[in-house]
Amino acid sequence: METTHTQYKHCDLVKAQGRIDSATAPQLAKALDDITGAGRHKIILDLSEVDFMSSAGLRILISTQKTCHRYNRGEIVLAAVPKRIHDALELAGFIPLFKFYDTVLDAVGSI
Amino acid sequence: MNDSVSRNTQSQSRSKKPPKTSPDSTPDISSETQDIMVYPAQFENLDHVREFVGAAAQKCGLDTSAIYAVQLAVDEGFSNIIDHAYGGECLEKIECKCQISDAGLTVTLRDCGVPFDPTAIHDPDLEAELEERDIGGLGLYFIRQLMDEVGFSFMRDPETGKRCNVLRMRKRKEI
Repeated sequence: METTHTQYKHCDLVKAQGRIDSATAPQLAKALDDITGAGRHKIILDLSEVDFMSSAGLRILISTQKTCHRYNRGEIVLAAVPKRIHDALELAGFIPLFKFYDTVLDAVGSI
Repeated sequence: MNDSVSRNTQSQSRSKKPPKTSPDSTPDISSETQDIMVYPAQFENLDHVREFVGAAAQKCGLDTSAIYAVQLAVDEGFSNIIDHAYGGECLEKIECKCQISDAGLTVTLRDCGVPFDPTAIHDPDLEAELEERDIGGLGLYFIRQLMDEVGFSFMRDPETGKRCNVLRMRKRKEI
């Protein structure tokens, strides 16, 4: 699993590629923690090239959202979520907890 | 204890006797294949076990959506065994058995870790607000939602005599 990070003026974009499971989730956690640790709390997570995500990944999304929401600082939004991943998020009751964008461009323009 | 992965494959053909009341009917031949892999309890083996059950699901004739569901359920079960039965990654074993029949695929995960009581795990609250959202129990919930039948039991390991947890999951083939 690979993550790439692009810092914009008003937000940060993290793109994850590959499979997010208990083996690789710590990498994603670190990528997101590094951003929030630097005091930046508006994050777009591009999931377009994620082909598998287990509850290990979902845990990280929730904990990052809690961190970003604290003190109304910001949020993490999800962009280009593949159908399988979206279905899993729905199964877990996560849809109301995040904003979803079809493309990264839409997300960058809206966050 | 060595940390290698090991495999055991069996194919069995069973024929049912034709019913006596209709001598013209042809006998029902059903066949079942069984494949077993044993993995050390380490997260790096998630890729391998997902590939193993994915191949079995495909061979069974499940559609792509069902194959993903099986892989996700098995991933959750395998991860839970590492975290809870064994208290973290170690060289203890997790056995994964795939049984393919005309009806569908049965995957059984077996470990000899801490005895597991599924009734002690409550379903996550899917409607809680963000702050109250608790992540515990999500893996088990996924397994129950993704698979058609889920059962927990105990058995004695025939070699070591140790008590094992057995998690049996079944995905039926869509007709």
